[in-house]
Amino acid sequence: MGLLTFKGGIHPYDGKALSKDKPIRRLLPKGLLVYPLSQHIGAPAKPVVKKGDHVLAGQVIAEAGGFVSAPVHASVSGTVKGIEDRLTNVGTMASCIIVENDGAYESVEYHPADPQKLSKEEILARIREGGVVGMGGAGFPTHVKLAPKEPDKIDYVLVNGAECEPYLTSDYRRMLEEPELIVGGLKIMLRLFDNAKGYICVEDNKQDCAEKLRQACQGESRIEVKVMKTKYPQGAERMMIYAATGRKINSSMLPADAGCVVDNVDTVAAIYKAVALGEPLMHRTVTVTGDAIRDPQNFCVCTGTNYAELIDEAGGFYVEPQKVVSGGPMMGFALYDLNIPVTKTSSAVLCMKEDIASQREPSACINCGRCVDVCPGRVLPAKLAVFAEHHDEENFLKYNGLECCECGCCSYICPARRPLTQAIKSMRKIALAHRKK
Amino acid sequence: MEKLRVSSNPHDRSRVTTNQIMLMVVIALLPATVFGIFNFGLNAFLLIVISIVTCVLTEGIYEMLMHKKLTVTDFSAVVTGLLLALNLPPEAPWWIPILGGVFAILIVKQLFGGLGQNIMNPALAARCFLLLSFTGIMTDFSVSPYAQNHIADVVSSATQGADAVSGATLLAEIKAGTAVDGSMLLDMFVGNIRGTIGETSAIALLIGGIFLVAMKVISLRIPLTYIGSFAVFYAIFGGHGIDPMYLAAEICGGGLMLGAWFMATDYVTAPLTRNGQLVYGVILGILTGIFRVFGGSAEGVSYAIIFSNLLVPLIERVTVPRAFGKGGKRHE
Repeated sequence: MGLLTFKGGIHPYDGKALSKDKPIRRLLPKGLLVYPLSQHIGAPAKPVVKKGDHVLAGQVIAEAGGFVSAPVHASVSGTVKGIEDRLTNVGTMASCIIVENDGAYESVEYHPADPQKLSKEEILARIREGGVVGMGGAGFPTHVKLAPKEPDKIDYVLVNGAECEPYLTSDYRRMLEEPELIVGGLKIMLRLFDNAKGYICVEDNKQDCAEKLRQACQGESRIEVKVMKTKYPQGAERMMIYAATGRKINSSMLPADAGCVVDNVDTVAAIYKAVALGEPLMHRTVTVTGDAIRDPQNFCVCTGTNYAELIDEAGGFYVEPQKVVSGGPMMGFALYDLNIPVTKTSSAVLCMKEDIASQREPSACINCGRCVDVCPGRVLPAKLAVFAEHHDEENFLKYNGLECCECGCCSYICPARRPLTQAIKSMRKIALAHRKK
Repeated sequence: MEKLRVSSNPHDRSRVTTNQIMLMVVIALLPATVFGIFNFGLNAFLLIVISIVTCVLTEGIYEMLMHKKLTVTDFSAVVTGLLLALNLPPEAPWWIPILGGVFAILIVKQLFGGLGQNIMNPALAARCFLLLSFTGIMTDFSVSPYAQNHIADVVSSATQGADAVSGATLLAEIKAGTAVDGSMLLDMFVGNIRGTIGETSAIALLIGGIFLVAMKVISLRIPLTYIGSFAVFYAIFGGHGIDPMYLAAEICGGGLMLGAWFMATDYVTAPLTRNGQLVYGVILGILTGIFRVFGGSAEGVSYAIIFSNLLVPLIERVTVPRAFGKGGKRHE
């Protein structure tokens, strides 16, 4: 049994009040739509359209490039303008299919099915064909995650509705407005794992969601709603598994090794749509928020929509922002250009009036140990950062550097404002590359 | 639009800064400081001022001469100056804190690389330096005629007016064989005894310590394991068994309260690891016990702390915490 919380973690300013009462609004894109071929972990998708082709919403425009990969679908009808390199939300250029919206929003015909009558293989096939990937941020192809070597050994399917990142309210709105979609998605996932129980996990700052979800899963003997203590990073996969089940995994294990499968709320809803309705993943919920935004909103947007359009739809900037982040303030990417597309993994656009992170220069480490207290991975961030600065890979590994989950708690709490997470992240990247060799 | 700023995550920061933490320590030391000035009078006040000014100036001048970034505004030199002064006898001459302050900041802190790099607590290292070099001055706890009115004359009444020991602390008296009684304990708790400027009032130090714990500046790990293991050691080897009177006298009477709450908890020179802090506290307690029971002096806190400071890298190396999920087994 889990304790419904974990050791360490922080309580940053949560900023959710800005957008939590704004119902999800469907947004129709105006300009060009840009679809990166790599919106997931694994091989990039391979384009199956060429310049000048007419496409419909829901049509495959790029097919999976391997088993660990996912197809990409057009989210509007229109004409393919070409395949070009464009800037994406991680700050790098990537190959993208560009579609000019014809404004007709014609879609292909979807083929609904009764999930209870589908076989396990058919369910997985529909998820794969629907291009469903983890929408919490990592973008791991869902059909791969849902097909572990020994499905009988999966004891828990966890729906991650913690939404522990400050400012984000897209999952909150989704659970509040469409709880039956999430329960429906979870029921489909449970079909794949005969011995598993389903837990929908939310933090205790979302009691209203928990209530709605409980109502939606009434009579479902295999599904339970778990309310966890509100603390960042409760939604980190390892923390979530521990809080829900009491099981621990390390950096070299998969959730399946602990008998768990974890998927984010939006992903579970996408599973439902792909399997029951036959609709591929081409929309997602995005919170547009921050103190620089005039009218913070939760949008249901077509993938491929330009970020700048979202900001306009949220009333534009109230004041000039110093920083715009794709995702939440703890783990999001800072953007230097707003001309980038919404992908399957974009959860929020956070526009900040002031960049708190750059307000003060880093000063000397006084060994206060606050980073150690807040680290959910139970490593010694202050020491790891020194090893990282000295490129001392041996000691970095000896002091469990790979067990860092890059949640950012250490940098957040550091009274000397040292960029601990940044140093550890870059060293981890090098160490992981060496490990793969 | 102006250029957007980019940096690695996270994009939010806690509002607590190093300066605030240092300032919190200064505030926590105020009850003991004010009591010391009230108790010992003008000279104590002057020593405190001279010590702080010396530390701040030494740091500022060194950093200017070396073209380093000025860090005097971070209050760490103020903390060092104040702690050094609180460790001086109330009637010490004016040049003692100057010598001590320069030694603390220049030799112990800056030459090792400045804030965060020193291997010993600067204030305590300076105190030990002074104690070895000017033993007579540093162990003379006789007080001025002005201040004497405030100090209960427990020592001389207990020893029936033996003038030769009038400059010794109560702890030294106990070690020499004086029996502990209730009124003596009360004086120790309040601070109505001889000692260094800041160490006499157990209650004032306790208020400061609790304040630091409440403000989450320090945890109870080091103070409690330190005091606890010292008490156990003293009960076994002190020669008085588990006599609460003697235990209380040993805990409140000397430098233990000041050391356990304010100097052993110095971040820079204490272990970073949580288990390491427990080990460190126990080592401190045992060393203090050895120095007090078997050593020549009735005191031992300062030496115990600076010696344990040197053990910190070793303690840290053997107390690296087990990472989350480390050694995790596949669930069957």
